[in-house]
Amino acid sequence: MPVRFNITLCDGPSCIHKRSKEVVSTIEGELEKHGLTGKVGINLSGCLGMCSKGPVMIINPGYTIYGAFAEEDIPEIIQQHIMKKKPVTRFIIDEDHLYNRFFRVFGDVNFFGKQMRIALRNCGIIDPENIDDYISLRGYEALAKALTDMSPGKVIAEIKKSGLRGRGGAGFPTGIKWELTAKEENDEKYVICNADEGDPGAFMDRSAIEGDPHTIVEGMLIAGFAIGAKKGIVYIRAEYPLAVKRIKKAIADAGREGFLGDNILGSNFNFDIEVRLGAGAFVCGEETALMLSIEGHRGMPRPRPPFPSVSGLFGKPTLINNVETWANIPVIILDGADWFSSLGTEKSKGTKVFALAGKVKNTGLVEVPMGTTLRQIIYNIGGGIPGDKKFKAVQTGGPSGGCLSEEYLDTKIDYESLAKAGSIMGSGGMIIIDEDSCMVNIAKFFLEFTQNESCGKCTPCREGTKRMLEILTRITEGKGAEGDIDKLQRLGNMIKKASLCGLGQSAPNPVLSTIKNFRAEYEEHVFNKRCRAGVCQHLLVYEITDKCVGCSVCKKACSVGAISGAPKARHVIDINKCIKCGACFKVCKFNAIRKS
Amino acid sequence: MISIFINDKPYKVEAGQTIMQAADKLGFHIPRLCYHPKLSIEGACRVCIVEVVGMRNYVASCAYPVSEGMKIYTNTEEIRRARRDIVELILDNHPEDCHTCERDGNCELQRLAFAMGIRKRHFEGEKKHYEKDLSSTSVIRDPNKCILCGRCVRICSEIQKVNALGYAHRGFKTVVMPAYNMPFKDSVCTTCGQCINVCPTAAFIEKNFTQELFQKLGDKSLIKVAQIAPSVRAAIGEAFNLEPGRQLEKELTAALRKLGFDYVFDTQFSADLTIMEEASEFLERFQGKGKLPMITSCSSAWMKCLEQFYPDLIDNVSTCKSPMSMASALIKSYFAKKIKADPKKILSVACMCCTAKKYEALRPELMVDGMQATDMVITTRELAWMIKSAGIDLLHIKGEEFDHPLGYSSGAGTIFGVTGGVMEAAIRTAYELYTGETLLDIEIQDIRGLKGIKEGKLVIDGKEIRIAVAHGLGNANEILNTIRKDLQRYHFVEIMGCPGGCIGGGGQPYAGSNSLPLDEECLMKRAEALYGLDRNKTIRRSHENPDVQRLYKEFLGRPMSAMSHKLLHTHYKPKEPRGIVPAELTAR
Repeated sequence: MPVRFNITLCDGPSCIHKRSKEVVSTIEGELEKHGLTGKVGINLSGCLGMCSKGPVMIINPGYTIYGAFAEEDIPEIIQQHIMKKKPVTRFIIDEDHLYNRFFRVFGDVNFFGKQMRIALRNCGIIDPENIDDYISLRGYEALAKALTDMSPGKVIAEIKKSGLRGRGGAGFPTGIKWELTAKEENDEKYVICNADEGDPGAFMDRSAIEGDPHTIVEGMLIAGFAIGAKKGIVYIRAEYPLAVKRIKKAIADAGREGFLGDNILGSNFNFDIEVRLGAGAFVCGEETALMLSIEGHRGMPRPRPPFPSVSGLFGKPTLINNVETWANIPVIILDGADWFSSLGTEKSKGTKVFALAGKVKNTGLVEVPMGTTLRQIIYNIGGGIPGDKKFKAVQTGGPSGGCLSEEYLDTKIDYESLAKAGSIMGSGGMIIIDEDSCMVNIAKFFLEFTQNESCGKCTPCREGTKRMLEILTRITEGKGAEGDIDKLQRLGNMIKKASLCGLGQSAPNPVLSTIKNFRAEYEEHVFNKRCRAGVCQHLLVYEITDKCVGCSVCKKACSVGAISGAPKARHVIDINKCIKCGACFKVCKFNAIRKS
Repeated sequence: MISIFINDKPYKVEAGQTIMQAADKLGFHIPRLCYHPKLSIEGACRVCIVEVVGMRNYVASCAYPVSEGMKIYTNTEEIRRARRDIVELILDNHPEDCHTCERDGNCELQRLAFAMGIRKRHFEGEKKHYEKDLSSTSVIRDPNKCILCGRCVRICSEIQKVNALGYAHRGFKTVVMPAYNMPFKDSVCTTCGQCINVCPTAAFIEKNFTQELFQKLGDKSLIKVAQIAPSVRAAIGEAFNLEPGRQLEKELTAALRKLGFDYVFDTQFSADLTIMEEASEFLERFQGKGKLPMITSCSSAWMKCLEQFYPDLIDNVSTCKSPMSMASALIKSYFAKKIKADPKKILSVACMCCTAKKYEALRPELMVDGMQATDMVITTRELAWMIKSAGIDLLHIKGEEFDHPLGYSSGAGTIFGVTGGVMEAAIRTAYELYTGETLLDIEIQDIRGLKGIKEGKLVIDGKEIRIAVAHGLGNANEILNTIRKDLQRYHFVEIMGCPGGCIGGGGQPYAGSNSLPLDEECLMKRAEALYGLDRNKTIRRSHENPDVQRLYKEFLGRPMSAMSHKLLHTHYKPKEPRGIVPAELTAR
């Protein structure tokens, strides 16, 4: 029997950007040319996580992973791999030179091999729009097990025992949350999936939904059964059209197959899920704001207690969990809490997905067991820092996380250790920063984001972050004064402890952690008016060295007339006039302008 | 009872209350700003934070419940500094024009900043800049002074259910505004002025006419006529640091003459007249001529609310003008004739507890012979300021009587200022008009007090009449929805736009340093001041007012006559400002 090939193309935004859509039509054209239409399967997957290698495709059987090829290379790949069964080795993603074999099985590629995929277990493997694919990989088996072999109490006990904690950032024990909501006596309860992923650069939740939407549906179903809810809502940001499309399709398919609706799998359990779109406010990822948004109000957090488990959506007991948390539920039910809790550290069990970004060779999505060190992620999976640059910091937890310096590289990733180091787990953003970045500027960047996204309700967050931002701006512009760093800390500590919601309580983290770990850089900015990374434009000094031949090109390029000098003689820059725009630096052909 | 510790000292407190409530009862006043006992818990300002042992962060005492063994610190060095910094952050984004501000000396933020010991600024920077919204007839909105405590948003949505205000934009750019940031005059705002009452600063103030009025009072060619609403006399003392509850009727009359008014009339007189018309109208309807239930029409905020939100009920509302507009119409007709003056030369000024009356005065339907009947409306606050500014010692002035012929009132006219008062006054008269017998038990306790919706029954000539009273537009909303579902439920309904009725009007004196706006105790004392005036009068029924009787004899003929209709009645029509869903859609 001839081998039936199947080509899976990554459909994540990074690959779309690298023309994956065009690649698909080229493949189709090529197959048609050889009369192979219908004989080779083509499907799109959610983000495979190997964003730096896009476009990425996997040809099965064999899990051959191709990346970084162009459309012109398609005929060759089709002719060689599909028709002659000889993989085109130069496009095979091969980071691991120790095992230089032709066929790279999924797990053999270093980027994947060092990971452990639980939440993302099906991403890139199944066709997310095909419910049969999901079912063939034990999909909805956990639901069946819960409905037939387990009582609601037993489900909750299992989740509690697993040690699973909320993956949205705060790390609240999931089982306890379920138990609290189950305890409330009310005919109407809600289960919410928080898919309002808003951290810049983070796409864990999006990929999880795009790659495996049914696991979210199944997780919510199990929770609905456990806490006695009949209604689930997926709150997802409208900026994720593909994820929205797929979760909607998954809900419709699950309904058609009898996994949603009345008397699910012949039991007396009824459950339905609807999708609500967010309108783009970062703060709507905060649970109380999210629920107000669903109710049709402006998304603004409210004080807790009462907690959502007591009074949530429409005042009813509500269980709200993050996408990644939901993705773990079916696995725990199927494989048991004992197995799940064998992974990870003492207080943080299981795995965590990170969106690896910044100055690291392999950017993308990684899922690792809790307890993996930052160093392992950055160097073993991420492949280290590109170029010959030096590692400077790693920022975890999205815009409200902290920046950790080199000495923290051996920190084991779990909720407590990261918090102790001055950062947070957050939802899983991980940005690597090298020596070319200025830490004051980085802190300013993140604070600008949180200030813009503050809901404006509570004073510390609304006014306090604004003042911190002003001080940081001042410092990066060379106008910093003695006492500014103290003011940042004073405000930052107050905002952390006095703000209404998690956004405000964590907004000062980038500033406080950079002051703690990179204080010298702040002091250089304030006292020496120097930015060692050469990022803060106002602090740069441009000088003309003796390499100058007096060509006058710089003089003409200077828009403020700061450069003077006779033709053929060395020119000079009047630093009082110079606005540090860098125009002279760019036009000089003789490398005669020094920036410091 | 549970045990808690505050600042290391043990106390027994009741469970189920917040830290702030428990602390209040124990004599700890935790500073606060956005908190208001009548409104939902916002937890926004963060001024009321305390430290609780075992909690990672500070706790907002307004929102957090006490629990057994809780150890609370209200006044540590750290919490004092955090609180101070929070208030400074508010100040840093607030105009520094206290000396020229409407609320100088009467501003919660100013008091708080002083109490927090802010003598130096650490974090000054950019301040917000917005245009003032001067478009409304009644309420000026100044977002620059807004500190985003959200009290206005909450009172407008929770107590008034008008929802004219909301938050827009995010972060530092957050601002409270009407829908689509359209001019206030085009919004659903009913001009009730409750936002002014609860605002801790001057982000909302009334449209002020004091300077213009001072100028006009100096114009010798004008005949200056004032009228005073019942609730003004019951509350103005508070603006002169008197305890609530002392009425200053005669002192005010004297003060107005000293300010330069030629005639000082009493809106209570026209309240009596309103009762004559309204009771007669009710009896007509009760006997089959017109729709029931009949709903009162004295409150201008309620009238705007009716036209916007309940156009289907317009025919149920009495056609009577408000007492203010009745008095003004008579000033420019009956009175002008009496003193043989050109009504165009009369300046008719109404001293009201209300900001919505400023809106009412400009309603085109209320014109009399092409003239605006009420030329100017000033609030209790404006009047208090004018009296102070003119150097009149209100508290030690020799009291004077109102002028005739529009100055004498019965006790029924007095109680118009309190929720339930119009109904009570109407019943006193309707009973006698219908049965020919005098109602002896005239104090109707069922409809007195501050309960949101009050219901009662009485039997007139063997027929049961079901009455109801609602105050505050939120309560009105509830009762009107009941009426929409069941038109037979009531015969006669009184609605007042403000909580407590006119005594809680949007133009009343600001709360002092030790009191809160809309404090029930204060409202009750104002009410009691009016009930006291009623009790001490020998004539307590509107139809017994000899001046009213004379007016009918000399000028109007009888209640509901053609002349009455021309001068004392009006009509309403549906209004649909932007942001309102048309009635035919909501009716589904």
